Amino acid sequence: MRATRTRPRLAVWKFASCDGCQLSLLDCEDELLAITEQVEIAYFLEASRNTSPGPYDVSLVEGSITTHEDERRIQHVREQSKWVVTLGACATAGGIQALRNGRDLQEFASLVYAHPEYLDSLATSTPIAEHIRVDFELRGCPIDKQQLLEVLSALLIGRKPNIAAHSVCVECKLAGNVCVLVSSGEPCLGPITHAGCGALCPSYDRACYGCFGPAEAANPSALSRRLLGEAPPTDQRVDVPRDALVKTARLRRLLQTFNTLAPEFRKESLRHG
Amino acid sequence: MASRTLEVDFLTRVEGEGALRIELDGAEPKRIELRIFEPPRFFESLLRGRDQHEAPDITSRICGICPVAYITSACAALEQAHGIQLRAEHVALRRLLYTGEWIESHGLHVFMLHLPDFLGLPDAMTLAKQEPTLVKNALRIKKVGNSLVRVLGGREIHPINTRVGGFYKAPEAAALAELLSELAWAEQATLEALERLAELEFPSLERDYELVALHAPDRYAIESGRIRSSSGLDIDVSDYTQHFHELQRPHSTALHSLMRLTPQSEPREYLCGPLARFVLNHSELPEDLFELAGRAGLEPTCRNPFKSILARTIEIAFACREAARIIRAYEPPSEPSVPLPPAADAVEGHGASEAPRGLLYHRYRVDTDGLITEAQIVPPTSQNQGSIERDLWDLAPELGRLPLEEATLLAERAIRNHDPCISCATHFLNLEIRRA
Ligand code: SF4
Ligand code: SF4
Repeated sequence: MRATRTRPRLAVWKFASCDGCQLSLLDCEDELLAITEQVEIAYFLEASRNTSPGPYDVSLVEGSITTHEDERRIQHVREQSKWVVTLGACATAGGIQALRNGRDLQEFASLVYAHPEYLDSLATSTPIAEHIRVDFELRGCPIDKQQLLEVLSALLIGRKPNIAAHSVCVECKLAGNVCVLVSSGEPCLGPITHAGCGALCPSYDRACYGCFGPAEAANPSALSRRLLGEAPPTDQRVDVPRDALVKTARLRRLLQTFNTLAPEFRKESLRHG
Repeated sequence: MASRTLEVDFLTRVEGEGALRIELDGAEPKRIELRIFEPPRFFESLLRGRDQHEAPDITSRICGICPVAYITSACAALEQAHGIQLRAEHVALRRLLYTGEWIESHGLHVFMLHLPDFLGLPDAMTLAKQEPTLVKNALRIKKVGNSLVRVLGGREIHPINTRVGGFYKAPEAAALAELLSELAWAEQATLEALERLAELEFPSLERDYELVALHAPDRYAIESGRIRSSSGLDIDVSDYTQHFHELQRPHSTALHSLMRLTPQSEPREYLCGPLARFVLNHSELPEDLFELAGRAGLEPTCRNPFKSILARTIEIAFACREAARIIRAYEPPSEPSVPLPPAADAVEGHGASEAPRGLLYHRYRVDTDGLITEAQIVPPTSQNQGSIERDLWDLAPELGRLPLEEATLLAERAIRNHDPCISCATHFLNLEIRRA
């Protein structure tokens, strides 16, 4: 008798996050039913009452680690999963909640809660890869659902996901956008930001605020100098320095938003106080 | 009857993470615990020192399911702080964006998270095997809402085209007009689905809710309005903090949102969300939709939380029609936004809008550099927390009678009625009961 082919088992996990990245899966309106034919959704609390125990073939992880309990829970996810894929800026770079890192947690908490002592909260918000081995990281706040579909299908077929690693600038050129930095002097993070959104903000006349985190081989210090109107250290050309587009504090805020712990953004932001 | 404990370790099909523990002694509830283990994310703290223009983008990350609500309430609060008036075209576009979120978010909740409960099914994927047309239509309805948010906002989740004062880029009339035929289809399909939903069996539970919603004289309130309640509150949004408080209850450490009719009167729990909106604002609905609601079993006096699924469905149909109306009347504004004037003094502003799950209030103080010095955000779930738990107390005798599995399901359903969005963890403690 031929063994019936079993479908790969998918699990979706949530840590500190807004639910936006896992919602991207439910927002695949055209593909959702096809996906459920290809994979068994074994654990996806937002979508189903049915949950079945591991092991799982693919675990999608949303959110950052901010509590003791979650430090333990992420270990369990790793043990139960063949592949772990992180979804979005929270899971890959600590998320907006990483703005607490380095601050006084008690003070931070007491602004919001009358009884901060009841909270089981770590002083930091950290990416998943600081806790366990991660097989693939999907960027974005939120992720792009086409990229999610690409990663899922690549893993299921057993090939490497084909996700571009260049910058938003390249996507802007592909989209035929006018450069918002050059033409309107807007402080755009496009040159150092990872592709994935199709240069969305510049297409809407807005500067990129870096929600996909750093591009591969990004050069944030060169961009900082340009935005602050500083001459490059070795540049002899006469047309520099140019006007400053931002003050230091604004530059720091720009780099410290949704991808605060992405190493390239973090290193550069620390250079500016 | 022996004492028993119902426990649901993970609440499913809610946005965020929570657990429920109910202890019964016979039919008597001894302990009811809706435990939220969503980690706190401290938004109100981390907003301090950020630029006012970042508030909509940052607070939208509180919830991926209703980012437009956060964006709208944040923008409204800051615009009020600076005393700027949006042009009619901007107001219309903001409402249009919001209808997209209503269609998408209500569509998700009604068909994928809530309806399976009524049919005893675990999820929408299973429902798709039984009623494929219904689920396919539901996905298409949801997609119409998402398309609207995408065209106008740039993307469905955390749209990028919104700003304090309006938009970065006004959409082209032609791009919006392309959505008209799908919107018409979606309204029709929603009303057909409503007939199907009318056949559902609704557990009998009537609660004496104090209902709270925004109200506008000339339209079904979504993006702005005055705050009204079923017992006669009628205040400007900027008076919110004088009537709404988070109080600590003597028997628990949980903070509950409570409302006072006048600053002197007794505080009481209240409910916001689709049922509150329908009851308080039904006269602003188109007449035929109001009649269809009645025929489906949703009366303007309704206090049965299980029927919130009908109110949501009517709101989807309304949002489709309203979106089409706005698109047909649309003329691109000459400027995509109204600039913020420089402020000579620190300013404070209040804003509220009707998130799919109910009233969402924001308050900001901003210094002369445009930096936020204080932020307060009260999401619908924390306001509804008291009512959600009270529903469970009222259901307790029933929960005591039913076999364990059915009782657990019923308790979960009672929570899902309110679509609690637990990811809005700005007020994490509001959602926890602890007792000695
Ligand atoms: S990365 Fe952004 S969209 Fe994704 S969960 Fe975090 S806050 Fe939400
Ligand atoms: S342009 Fe930048 S900020 Fe905008 S969506 Fe793309 S990566 Fe995110």
